[in-house]
Amino acid sequence: MTHFLKAWILAIGLILTPTALSAQEALPAAPVVDSAAASEAESADVPAATEAPASGLDPALYTPMKPTPGIGMPVDGHIDFQEQFSPTGETAHWINNAILIPMMVGVCVLVLFLLLWVVVRFRRGANPEPSKTTHNTFIEIIWTVIPVLILVVIAVPSISLLARQFEPAPEEALTVKVTGYQWYWGYSYPDNGDFEIISNMMSEEDAAARGEPYQLAADNRMVIPVGKPVKLLITAADVIHSFAIPSAWFKLDAVPGRINEKVLQIDREGVYYGQCSELCGARHGFMPITVEVLSEEKFNNWVRANGGTVKGDAEEPAAEVVETAATETTTEIADADAVAATN
Amino acid sequence: MTTITADGHIDDHAHDADHKPAFFQRWFMSTNHKDIGTLYLIFAIVAGIIGGGISGLMRLELAEPGIQYLQAWASMSNGSEASMDQAYHLWNVLITAHGLIMVFFMVMPAMIGGFGNWFVPLMIGAPDMAFPRMNNVSFWLLVPALLLLLGSSFVPGGTGNGAGTGWTVYAPLSTSGSIGPAVDMAILSLHLAGASSILGAINFITTIFNMRAPGMTLHKMPLFVWSVLVTAFLLLLSLPVLAAAITMLLTDRNFGTAFYDAAGGGDPVLYQHLFWFFGHPEVYIMILPGFGMISHIISTFSRKPIFGYLGMAYAMVAIGVVGFVVWAHHMFTTGMSVNVKMYFTAATMVIAVPTGIKIFSWIATMWGGSMTFKTPMMWALGFIFMFTVGGVTGVVLANGGIDDNLHDTYYVVAHFHWVRSSRSSPVSTTGSRKCRAGCTANCWVSSISGSSSSA
Repeated sequence: MTHFLKAWILAIGLILTPTALSAQEALPAAPVVDSAAASEAESADVPAATEAPASGLDPALYTPMKPTPGIGMPVDGHIDFQEQFSPTGETAHWINNAILIPMMVGVCVLVLFLLLWVVVRFRRGANPEPSKTTHNTFIEIIWTVIPVLILVVIAVPSISLLARQFEPAPEEALTVKVTGYQWYWGYSYPDNGDFEIISNMMSEEDAAARGEPYQLAADNRMVIPVGKPVKLLITAADVIHSFAIPSAWFKLDAVPGRINEKVLQIDREGVYYGQCSELCGARHGFMPITVEVLSEEKFNNWVRANGGTVKGDAEEPAAEVVETAATETTTEIADADAVAATN
Repeated sequence: MTTITADGHIDDHAHDADHKPAFFQRWFMSTNHKDIGTLYLIFAIVAGIIGGGISGLMRLELAEPGIQYLQAWASMSNGSEASMDQAYHLWNVLITAHGLIMVFFMVMPAMIGGFGNWFVPLMIGAPDMAFPRMNNVSFWLLVPALLLLLGSSFVPGGTGNGAGTGWTVYAPLSTSGSIGPAVDMAILSLHLAGASSILGAINFITTIFNMRAPGMTLHKMPLFVWSVLVTAFLLLLSLPVLAAAITMLLTDRNFGTAFYDAAGGGDPVLYQHLFWFFGHPEVYIMILPGFGMISHIISTFSRKPIFGYLGMAYAMVAIGVVGFVVWAHHMFTTGMSVNVKMYFTAATMVIAVPTGIKIFSWIATMWGGSMTFKTPMMWALGFIFMFTVGGVTGVVLANGGIDDNLHDTYYVVAHFHWVRSSRSSPVSTTGSRKCRAGCTANCWVSSISGSSSSA
């Protein structure tokens, strides 16, 4: 009985012990939560209609580009990564195909060969008297040192790839703020008048009509200029989402209360698809990402078509100044939320 | 009742040798490590059938594009026509339940509770576990835990019935994102399962440290005992962290705290750090006892002692130690700084070295042996190759820069199923193997664990 009691006391003590929870690196405290936009969107359910309908933009300025089959999207029967169109993506793809896959195949073939060899050579029929060897220092050193060397060969390019992926965007780079909502994406362009594109999945019929892959195609795309680093600021309004573009080797979580920054550069004009990559609730599989990469000129026209401002343009009053006001109220609401929560 | 026979011998209850408690006493109030081990194994088989059945449902649904069955199944759970969103939610419930059942109610009870209980006392020459009653408590905590988890599928959990948070239960999807009792039940289930494992871990550590036969030093312990010892330490150090993490989930959900709520000054990523500080050692908790068993099987059926015994034992210790400092490789896309990402890349790769030592030592054990190919040995051979495939894909995933494109894809799912779950399917053969091989304890562990642990 005493054992029993002791055990329970111990167990309960262990569970209740407040384990060190403070081991968290300093966070950029930036609770930018577009809860206003979120609640707005929830009530409207299909907020896209009010923002920019599928083909509602001035066709003289912008018409959605057709995707190239097999580019920027998964391909039937294809087992490699998608073709890469970003500089770091190409490097990463090369590291995978030239270093990692040979390593995997080599190790697996070696182990399989050794297994087959012992199975044939040292089966009881072929070798009735087992040896008594239990040590061989030399070979033990070999199979410790060689894997270490292989890992070094992998680590050097891998670590330098990491360093390149984290190179900050140049000062003049375009900034796009990406916000994950349940269950759609919002893209706002603070450098161009801060208009926000709300991006919902297209229905099967609409996607077919536009010649796009269903469940990857979004009605309003995120548009960026070609061949330039673009600074993406990624956050979420409700739960964690993840912004991913497989053909640019890009994936970064959208975490509510944090702004994650990463550089996206795509070197070819075209349409690239991705999907939310962090389980975010029922319609997690139905909030695709569509990125359209355009020349600088076409990009500027797209900005104008959305009522945004382009640097160097004559000062036209942007139609969407309302958006700025909306963001301000948002901050207030976020603050109010915070107060409510602490109370 | 007490009768004293002519020779003064007190004879009111049976001698240990033929002590036969009644059914309820034997199976519900047991202090016998073998009986408790058997209970664990039966429990693991039942849970494995449920968890495996769930993956069957998922595969059925995935057999064709589009939604085939989910809506009908969701309607069954609801008792009324389910919406499409509820159907989608059911998918998330299925993946969550599959993951949690397989990890907490199939692999862990089978490996540690089942085989650990059966063979650790036998192998170290102990009469039983150090705390036999606590052993029973460990087991019986699992039953309500599983019932809570299964029950959670039938109560509201946000969009539809059940907890659809994924087995990682990430906040804020599991806090503000899932209204209803389902997630609370799932969390409480993890609490119970965690408490069960912590008690088990204390029991194993005490038993192994204090109850070895005279002359059996640590360096003479069978490798399976080594593997359970390392596993028990991993459990003891990691599970309290999980308990803390999910307790904070509960208070965030029910008592207005904001540990993981950015609006109140908390941080959702804190949960991920805490979860994976448990979750990564958990990966080794599930595989290490398998390592131990495979060593015995290979040795037995090659008629040759283990090659590099000390290297094997300390490789497991190294895996256990390094396993505690690599957790954030599960979080490469959460927006960590470049230095953190580089560190976790390098540290994760290091694990390949002791793992490689084990693979090669197994092959070296067979080298020069006289192998027979009974069922356990076939499973063990299959395990070595499958584990190698899982291991090399792990080296790929360890690269933070490469992982950007692999994280949260089927690549990861495939990786950990190669490593781990391939071990789960053969559990079904456990029973039959156990009946057949009845000779020595050593031969027995080989046969039983062979069928269950080969991945």
